[in-house]
Amino acid sequence: MNKLKMSKTNRVNFATYGMVILAYIVLQVMGNAGMLSSTMKGQLVPICAYVAMALSLNLTVGVLGELSLGHAGFMSVGAFAGAVAAAALPIPSDGQRLAAAMVIGAIAAAVMGTLVGIPVLRLNGDYLAIVTLAFGQIIKSIVENLYIGMDTQGLRFSFLENRIVFKDGGRMILNAAMGVNGIQKISTFTAGFILIMLILIVIFNLVGSRAGRAIMALRDNRIAAESVGVPVTKYKLMAFVISAAMAGAAGTLFALGQNTITANKFDFNTSILILVFVVLGGQGNMWGSILAAAFLTILPETPAMRGLADYRMLIYAVILILVMLATNNPTVQDFINANFRKKKKKEGAAK
Amino acid sequence: MSEQKKNSYPKPKLVPVPSTNIIPDRDVDKRPILECRHLGIDFGGLTAVDDFNMAIGRTEIAGLIGPNGAGKTTVFNLLTKVYQPTRGTVMIDGRDTAGKNTVQVSHMGVARTFQNIRLFGNLSVEDNVKIGLHNQMRYGALTGILRLPGYWKEEKVAHERALELLSIFDMQDMANHQAGSLPYGAQRRLEIVRALATNPSLLLLDEPAAGMNPSETAELMNNIRKIRDTFQIAIMLIEHDMNLVMGVCEGICVLNFGRIIAKGAPDDIQANPAVIEAYLGKQKEA
Repeated sequence: MNKLKMSKTNRVNFATYGMVILAYIVLQVMGNAGMLSSTMKGQLVPICAYVAMALSLNLTVGVLGELSLGHAGFMSVGAFAGAVAAAALPIPSDGQRLAAAMVIGAIAAAVMGTLVGIPVLRLNGDYLAIVTLAFGQIIKSIVENLYIGMDTQGLRFSFLENRIVFKDGGRMILNAAMGVNGIQKISTFTAGFILIMLILIVIFNLVGSRAGRAIMALRDNRIAAESVGVPVTKYKLMAFVISAAMAGAAGTLFALGQNTITANKFDFNTSILILVFVVLGGQGNMWGSILAAAFLTILPETPAMRGLADYRMLIYAVILILVMLATNNPTVQDFINANFRKKKKKEGAAK
Repeated sequence: MSEQKKNSYPKPKLVPVPSTNIIPDRDVDKRPILECRHLGIDFGGLTAVDDFNMAIGRTEIAGLIGPNGAGKTTVFNLLTKVYQPTRGTVMIDGRDTAGKNTVQVSHMGVARTFQNIRLFGNLSVEDNVKIGLHNQMRYGALTGILRLPGYWKEEKVAHERALELLSIFDMQDMANHQAGSLPYGAQRRLEIVRALATNPSLLLLDEPAAGMNPSETAELMNNIRKIRDTFQIAIMLIEHDMNLVMGVCEGICVLNFGRIIAKGAPDDIQANPAVIEAYLGKQKEA
């Protein structure tokens, strides 16, 4: 009996791993065979970044049960920290430089997550949503006023106005509102795939361990979790910081796949977009997040939908409202439950 | 783990003499597990509990009864620091709990169940119990994420311990069910198992028999005794089912309007005119 259940959780996890691996192989083969349009090829890295963002936010929203409205802020921190690191690090190999940049992006975002989380996660209710909303805006403002350059003496920083005086051979990396220009595109689809797999492994293994159970206990019933001695702030912070670090790595991946990144790219709309992925895919449902993120990132780029690009946020809002209405409707719920169970039984029988 | 548990307490001889709710005879020469002195709390101008004095022996089964709104659950919330008391002292095993929070009180050995069931509804029955075992497991988040040997070792122990605890209520077959989808009675039993998993020395049960039928209640009575005998812990329960309270409790404390109106053995309580007036008399009329 127990083994049955264990394999049920594991089955979903392995199916998710399998889905990602399969998608990677199929897309790789199609890319090599020249079956992908150049637009599609250019979208592969952003798709990976958004999938990683959706998974990361799902850890906060679905597993921890707290609402974060500024997740793009962590992505932004990771993107700019990673872009600067990639430009500054003297590592010749592109792959190693990308990996190092992603680690630095993740650490930078984790530090920001800790700073935001320590005061806020002690509060109950919607405060985290409010503060993260503000955090996203603050990060945007900071980046838009930050100058980072590099010369022979190392990195140089300036805030609000450009007071950097370079020694010989100096160059600007981050030029405030102009963002980072001329990024060497070192992000690859394979790197995105590895990041997604790593994130999945961390999430699934965390959820199946002592710490993950404590985090989910806080989500389901904080008072009961406290009554059995689960320290609230520690585990909330743990989940939030891990989520922020993942967002940072995803931000680096995204940034190093673009020619230019500006702080505008990571605004409130992006935060909401990622939240839409999570809500559409289902809170706590990782493969749902992956599908929703991939689908909604490709969709506006398809020729048929390009005409509607201006209405993108409107369409997402309508979808979100419809999903909320539908999932709260008992008739629809029963219908979904009935179908879902049947599907699961069939899956079980097939195996 | 169970050996550890059994060895950690000296085994007192269980004397079938009912407690007077001061301390049962068998525990009289040992430090009481719980002592409340002049405990009280005000909510704004309303005094919910006042001058609550009580001591519970190390292996006593004590009852806390009283009409609706008497402040019984408030007492539990004071003992577990969900509320901080306005006045008075709570001593757990001789240690003052002033300034402690719910988590710290749980570490001191107090576990509880809730009147309105508070399970981790989306998790499996086994995971609910494992969360109760949280503080007896040592491995960190990184060990869990990397699945190092410590993870496998401790998870195996926790799994076996969880099933062992569930078997108290014959619930080991339900280990994989979602806790929120269990029938009402099973949810109440699971809450008790989860509380026991924290390795408590004082177990607080808030209306454990609510919503149970008479045969389930009788079974629960046996199980409460069994838990006390097996784990050698003190149990304090709030209950409206007088058969259960009078049948299982050695000492009973009666609250009315936040004040203790009677303390004593079940027989004394049943004969106490103040109690009959406040509670049992009303019960007979109904």
